[in-house]
Amino acid sequence: MGTIQPKVEEPLSDELKLVHAAKAGDISAFEELVKRYDRNVFRIAQHITQNREDAEDVVQDAFLKAYQNLERFQEQSKFYTWLVRIAVNEALMRLRRRRPERMVSLDEDIKTEDDSMPREVADWAPNPEQLYNQGELKEILGKTIQGLPPSFRTVFVLRDVEGLSTEETADALDLSVPAVKSRLLRARLQLRERLSKYFKNRVGGDGKQ
Amino acid sequence: MTCSEFLKELTDYLDESMDAQTKAELEDHLQWCHNCYVVCNTTKMTIEIYRESHLYELPDDLRGRLRSAIVSKCKGSGSVASAKSATSESK
Repeated sequence: MGTIQPKVEEPLSDELKLVHAAKAGDISAFEELVKRYDRNVFRIAQHITQNREDAEDVVQDAFLKAYQNLERFQEQSKFYTWLVRIAVNEALMRLRRRRPERMVSLDEDIKTEDDSMPREVADWAPNPEQLYNQGELKEILGKTIQGLPPSFRTVFVLRDVEGLSTEETADALDLSVPAVKSRLLRARLQLRERLSKYFKNRVGGDGKQ
Repeated sequence: MTCSEFLKELTDYLDESMDAQTKAELEDHLQWCHNCYVVCNTTKMTIEIYRESHLYELPDDLRGRLRSAIVSKCKGSGSVASAKSATSESK
């Protein structure tokens, strides 16, 4: 069985040139960085806040904060990782504002030991995404990831959707590598479990229990 | 190897971050344990489906509006740029 590799390989030196130019006051260099990462920041923000308006505000505020604090960026990590850290903090802040009754923290390490133990072991259809049209599929995926605790879906989005490495994810979220791995495993297993009801093979064959 | 032991290593297995011996033990377990095979396979599909889903894409018109707003706010802010030019002008 094949394995999965992260997708993003960033041209670091090119990125650093833009950062240096922006630090020297070149606004068009900063605009280039915005163009490069605005889609990623929006996706991350919407995944965390689950609210379009908040996600738009997060994109603006995260880039503005990054610009205002560029001098503080020490270049020990990639600019993108530093930007993601700012965006995640902005997104969590907005989520807390909307849901003050629920504590929202990246430190939460949710409840029981067996919350991620597989219960559904029926195999899926060979091309499960083709069982639904594009709109239905997006609705299923959105609804399913929305059900995860914020700390789990944030790790899943950074690591598996955006393709950050485990170390970069830990750095961006100020978590240890083992904490990232633990949340990632549980996020992946919980999503798998919840998606199984939509994607499992309905025509016999491998669907043994 | 038990199923729980397999599960603990699943993330590292999918991310290919493990030594050759552990990988061989996991693949041996997968040969005979149908449930773990299914869990492994469907977890991999879960990741691929989310990665390829284009969920929450930024529409072009909104993208343009956001970028203009960001640039305009940056220009008007107490930014790196204005701090630099203020410093050089005062010299």
